[in-house]
Formats: sequence, C-alpha cells, structure tokens
Amino acid sequence: MRIRITFSKQDALRYTGHLDLHKLWERAARRAELPLAYSQGFHPQPKMNMAAALPLGFSSRCEVLDMKLERDIPLEGLKEKLNATMPSGLRVQLIEEVDERAPALQTQVVSAEYEVILTEAVDGSKLKRRIDSVMESESLLRIRRNKEYDLRPLIEGLEMQSENKISMRLSAREGATGRPDEVLDVLGIPVEDARVERTALNFTS
Amino acid sequence: MYLSIQKHLTGLKTGQIYHSVVIVERHSIYLTNLVIIPAMMNPEQIEKELDRILLKVQKPGRYVGGELNITQKDWDTVKTKVALVFPDIYDIGVSNVGLKILYDQINQREDALAERAYAPWLDMEDLMRERGIPLYALESKQPLACFDLIGFTLPYETLYTNALNILDLSGIPVRSEDRDASHPIIIAGGHSTMNPEPMHAFIDAFVIGEGEEVIHDIINVIMSLRAPKGQSNLPADEGIASPARRGRNDILRELAKIPGVYVPRFYEAYYLEDGTVSHIEPTVEDAPAVITKRIVPKLPPPPTKFIVPNVDIVHNRVSVEIMRGCTRGCRFCHAGMITRPVRERSVDEVLEAAEKAIKNSGFEELALLSLSSSDYTNVLELVTKVGEKFSGTHLKVSLPSLRIESVSIDLMEKLKDRRAGGFTLAPEAATERMRRIINKYIPDEDIINTTREIYRRGWSTIKLYFMIGHPSETLEDVQAIADLCKRVLAEGRKVIGWKAKLHAGVSTFVPKSQTPFQWVSCDTPEQIKAKQELLKRELYRDKNIKLSLTDAEDSFLEAWLSRGDRRMAEVVYSAWRKGSKFDAWQEGKKYDAWMEAFEEHGLDPLFYTHRQRRTDEVFPWEHITAAVRKNFLFQDFRMSLEGEIRVDCRLNCFACGILPTFAGMRRENPGEGWKCPDVKSPAQKKVTAAVNNHELPVVGD
Repeated sequence: MRIRITFSKQDALRYTGHLDLHKLWERAARRAELPLAYSQGFHPQPKMNMAAALPLGFSSRCEVLDMKLERDIPLEGLKEKLNATMPSGLRVQLIEEVDERAPALQTQVVSAEYEVILTEAVDGSKLKRRIDSVMESESLLRIRRNKEYDLRPLIEGLEMQSENKISMRLSAREGATGRPDEVLDVLGIPVEDARVERTALNFTS
Repeated sequence: MYLSIQKHLTGLKTGQIYHSVVIVERHSIYLTNLVIIPAMMNPEQIEKELDRILLKVQKPGRYVGGELNITQKDWDTVKTKVALVFPDIYDIGVSNVGLKILYDQINQREDALAERAYAPWLDMEDLMRERGIPLYALESKQPLACFDLIGFTLPYETLYTNALNILDLSGIPVRSEDRDASHPIIIAGGHSTMNPEPMHAFIDAFVIGEGEEVIHDIINVIMSLRAPKGQSNLPADEGIASPARRGRNDILRELAKIPGVYVPRFYEAYYLEDGTVSHIEPTVEDAPAVITKRIVPKLPPPPTKFIVPNVDIVHNRVSVEIMRGCTRGCRFCHAGMITRPVRERSVDEVLEAAEKAIKNSGFEELALLSLSSSDYTNVLELVTKVGEKFSGTHLKVSLPSLRIESVSIDLMEKLKDRRAGGFTLAPEAATERMRRIINKYIPDEDIINTTREIYRRGWSTIKLYFMIGHPSETLEDVQAIADLCKRVLAEGRKVIGWKAKLHAGVSTFVPKSQTPFQWVSCDTPEQIKAKQELLKRELYRDKNIKLSLTDAEDSFLEAWLSRGDRRMAEVVYSAWRKGSKFDAWQEGKKYDAWMEAFEEHGLDPLFYTHRQRRTDEVFPWEHITAAVRKNFLFQDFRMSLEGEIRVDCRLNCFACGILPTFAGMRRENPGEGWKCPDVKSPAQKKVTAAVNNHELPVVGD
C-alpha cells in the first residue's frame, strides 16, 4: 500500500533539514506502528519519498510525502494517531491512498509557492519597482555553489501582496528548482529580515 | 580592542545587569571574551535574535528545542526552576542518560521544572557574544541566569573549561565567591566530581554519587530558602554583609547538611612544603569532615520517554540501564570502583522499559547499558527475550562490554540481524604480567579462540581495545599488543581469508582518583611517544589493521585534572581565559594556554602526572569517598605490584567498604537486587561462634 501524507513543518522544525526529516518520519512511523516497507540489503532503507526538499530555515504548510507500507491498513484515525506523537511544529493534514504504480512523487512536482513576510520595514515603492524590473528582465544570471545559472526562467510569479508581504511561484521541477532566498537576494532583502513559508506545491495533474 | 570595549561600555543602560568583561587579574589583562553579555533578555527577545542568526551556523537545529517528549511547564506558576546542563554540544549531550533521569525526577514534581542547555559550538558562541544573546534553556528560551538552580553533569574532565564558559555566556559570575542572591545556585555531579577540587572555586555544591534522591533534597532546600524571583533579581549587591549575600550563604549552609553534598567553600585545604596536601578540614560546624557518596538502594524505574532530537546526534537511541556497578575489580577502572555495589534490574523490568521507550520515541536502536553486560545474571534470557519481543522490526540492539569468551558470541548471534556495528572486545593488555597488574586476566588462547570464532560466525571486522601506559609497562608489553593484533588477524584470515579486518583502539591510561592506581605515575610524553611509534611501525603496514591512538596531550590534560588539587582551579580558570574550551575537541582546546596557565600560577604539570605518590600521601580528594576504603585500594595496589589478581567479588567479598557503609540501607532492602555476596561482619561471626560454643553467659547464670 502506498500512502501520501500532507503535513506542515513550522516553528523549531524549520531548522530540521531534508535528511533529518526522513529520519523523523521513520521514527513517527515506528511510534504509530505503521508497517513501513524497507529496501533489501545490509542497510535497509525505509521506502519513503518527499516531493521537494525545503531549504533550511523556511516553514511550510504543504509538505508532501509518499510512504510505502508492507500491507494495507485502514486509514481512518491514522492522522490523529500520528499527530499524537509528533514534535511541535509538525502537523499531519491529510493522508490518502495512492496507486502503487503512480510515478515517483518528486517527478510530479512542477512548482512551489511561497509567502514572504518582511520583518524589517522596507521602502514599499522601491521594492515594487525592483519586483517589476525582475519580472521584466529576460534573464538573471547568478552563481550558486560555483555554478552559473539563470534564475529568471525559474520565477513563474512574483508579487507584492502588501507593505510587508511578497508572494512568489517558483519552478520546482527536477533539475530546475528556484530558491526563494535567491529571489530575495536579487530584491536586496537580507534573508534574516524575512520569514519565508511554502504555501503550496503544484503537481502535474 | 580597547576602543571597542569603550564603545560597548558607553552603550550600557542604567538599571540593567551586565556581566563585567574587563578582567584585570594578578598578572595580566585578559583580552579574550571581551564582549558584553547582558544578563537579561526575555524569551521573546531571544527567539527573535535567534531567527536572525541561526541560518549562519552549522546545524541550527541544535539551538531551537521543540523535540518530541520534552516537558514544558508554566514558567510563572512553578516554584523552583532547574536548568540541567551537559557542557558539550547538543549532539553529545542530548542522549546522556544521567541527565535524562534527573530531568524526569524533577519534572515529575508539580512544584519544580527542569529544562536543558548544552554548550553552543564555536560558531554559535561567537554570534551569541557578538549580539549579546545570553545562553538560554531550550524548552522556555529563558536565560540560564533566570533559573534557581543550574546543575552541570561533569562525566569527564575535559568539560571543565566548557562549564566555566557556559556560566560566562549566561552572564553568571564564573567564581562561586562572586555570585550573590540574584544568581542561581550552581551544582555539579558526575563521575569526574569524585575529585571535585579542581572545580571547587566555580561550583557552589557538588553531588557525590547517585543523584536520583539527593536532587529532591537539594530542590527542597532551595524552595524553602531562596527568595522568590522578582525580589531577588535586584542589581548585584557586592557587600559581604548584605542580606543578599547572607541569603546565599545560608542556602549553601543548608545544602552542606545533606548527606552526599559537598560545599567546597566550607572547607580549607592545607599543604605541606613539598606541595602535597597536609589535611583538609571543614571551616563550619555543619559541614561533615568526610562526604560519602549517595546511592539508591534499588534502581528506580528507568526513563521511558526519551527526548527525540529533530537533527542527527551521536547516539540516536534509547538506553536502558540493566545494571549499575561492576564486580570485576579492574584496577584502572574509575567507573568500576566508584559505582559499587552492583545492582541489577530484573529482565521483566528491562523488557518493559525497552518496549515503552521504543514505542514512545520510535528510535531505531536500543542500547542495554552496563559496565559489563556478560556479568548481568540473566543476560542470556534478556537477550533471547529482546530478540523475540522486537522480531520483525528493524530495531538494532547494542550490548556493550562483553567478556572475551564464546558465550559472548552466542549472545551477539541472537542479536545478529539487529546488531549495531562490529564485534568489540577489550583485552586492555597483551601480556600475562600486565593483565595481572591491572586485574583483567584473560589468557591469550581465550582471545585467539574467541576472535577466531567471531570471524568464523560471520563478522569480518573485530575491534580490540587496549591501553598503553599501565603501571610498570615496558616496550615489550606494547610489542605484545602489536603481536596479538597480528595473530588475531592471521587466525581470521585462515577462516575467512582477506576479508578479515581488525581495528585496534589504543588509548593512554590516565590514573584516576578513588582507584587502586591513584598512587601511580603517568608515563612521560617521551614514553608515550615511543610506545605509540612502536605500534604505528608495527601495525600501519597491514592495510587490514586500523590503528587508532589517543592524542598524548589530551591524556595529560585529563591526568592533571583527574588528580588535581584546589590550586588547579586557578589553572583551569586561566586556561579558559586564555581561550581553551572544548578541550575534548581539536577545534577548541589550546594546549599552550594550559602550559602558560601552569606557569602563571607557579605550578608544575609534572607534579600532578609524573609523580609516584607517597604511600602515606594525603590526597586532595581525601574528604570525598565513594565508600570504597583507602586501605582496600592500597591493598589492591600492593597486590598489583606483586602481580596478584582478585577474582570477581560476586564470588568472594574482599571487604571494599561498601557493605559496612551502607549496612542499614542493605538491611532495609534485602534480596537479590544487590550482587554483593552475603558476609557476616567479624563482630557477628564472633557472636555466632560464641553462641555456638556456649561461651556467652546465659541469663540466670
């Protein structure tokens, strides 16, 4: 049986990275006595996939995880059971069964949406102009980890929602993933002056 | 540097408590740690600051708390607040079982709360000092300075400078004498405090022995005598005669009355001309001349709600202590001497706790802890049942400290598909002479036969632990370590061919207080170097042998402190001021700082390490006892010189002193829990004999 879990990751858990989150879920499954399936071999690994890694420090309302179970189990009550022993900051919102033969979750993600709250006062009209110029530009060449890449095609949407709130939609395809902190850098906003939350993951339907 | 201090000083606000930073001492002005730490910031301010810096440090998850199974209580309604501190990084400290036990003990009370803090890593400390963030507890983010009681665990000596650094980072005066009623009471316990003297100037009260019961006694005193928060948070009053100061002293006077609690300020140490101790005596009436360790008669139920970290740590596991103490009597072993008597938990209690702990935490590994698993009475039954209970799960089980015998392989085999890591054995020495000296007698043939069988049954890597630097060890004894390793591997190759691997872990022996080797001298740096070179020469050639050696400088640091006296406190202080911290880490420790510190205080490091103690020497820890008599230790030391061994004391009581010290406790707790054999005291024997021989007067005669 394959189940898909949608959960939020907030507060202290913003500082838990992708690999540690895998471990966290493996333990959560053990606490809830889920028959989690493992790979064969000397170092068996749990069969779990996450849709898209969330950069450290950002929160999320919509993380998605697929988990393979050794056998079918009833899903009612499972959400409550999992939530009863979760660290603060992680809440399961939805659990649904998916077709075992469906393609791997991470190949289905196309984009991610983010909401950015600015914690320090900014000059709104200046920021608006910056956003406009980003959206009007043809390319934004940047260097990350010693590799040059173009950020612009990864930005699918960028808007100012209010004086202290920006929203953006960034590509999240395999090998073409935009990072919100890179966009903030282009806008001249130090990442420590912003609280970034992932608000939605969009999948191919 | 001076200008930056000036800048900071002019920015100070009146009415706010600041920790003074310009330290002008007898000989020098220290230029380290010269950043203002405001003692008070509220949790909201701290959290806000953290959000701004955490993405700049390695592994920020260490600093945010929020783990599963923590206890969070209402700060404003709980009377007494305790911060428990493991003075190393989170990754090491969070799985410490000792602090976990105390955390549970305290949080089970309605009137008290316990929270945790660890040493921030170097990158985080820099940012905290730069931005004036005081060290805080992970649960509430309250600054440590706002707690009533801070309890350090000091399991090893290389944490001492970190403990000082943590006080400083918390805005609390590092020296006990500089604290006033506004500051928390600072206590410490743990194995290294069996000789507390090198830390006597910084810790208000030490807990000697086991903490499960005494922590409640301490909290009760603090609850009844310490002024409620708010009243006591007035700016520091420096006057000796001020009510605030008396209040603190009164609390400490009360603490000194609790059995097992040592309050160093109420003792004075006197020295002879040769620098050794003449005597140590209490300066106040209530302080006992000798502080005897506390023990619990029966191990209380083990913790089952382990804190589950949200980031990777060193030991990702739950631990269940199956037995405390050890009857083997290895003469080098500090833990084996100070944790007597042996007390076991029942198989059922261990199983039940293990099941609950795994269920509550979801951890992937279970460690069954003791100093010597093979000596646990029902070890076979335990291992069989653990195997059954967790069959079909992916749980790994670790069973440390197995004896070198084929039964150990049977035990490990029962855990085979769930074993954690390779197969580890600890012969400690490789010649018969040496093994007799250290009282760990295993014939070579047993080692060869056991290891051959381990390879045969499917383990390709065996790890052997040895120590160099045992008393009277020669290069031949060290050569024998290399020879034995080669022989073990050669046997392995006969069985499984070139797959066979060996890992030799060779550490350097450090003589510890309260053991039969407390009289012996350490090896000199030259001796250690020669021995380590020999091992490298002999063992580096074979690529299937991995050799790990401990850094000789690390061993010296441990050696100065483990048998140090009160004067060492100034060395610890200066070494820390000169920037040494994280002394167990290459990134932190500064050996040169320690050498300078010794020089500054006119002390010779060799006095503490390379000196055979006189047989009548009074030790700096003479007023502290683990209830094992000095005479017993001395007799054991003499036996080691003669190469005489003592068998397992479950078979034969050697009168170490535990039973008479805790006779009343044992009487009230009879039965199988203690593994000391039944002995009649000589007095009782005489009475029995006299009764049997009709020698006693009969009433009416």
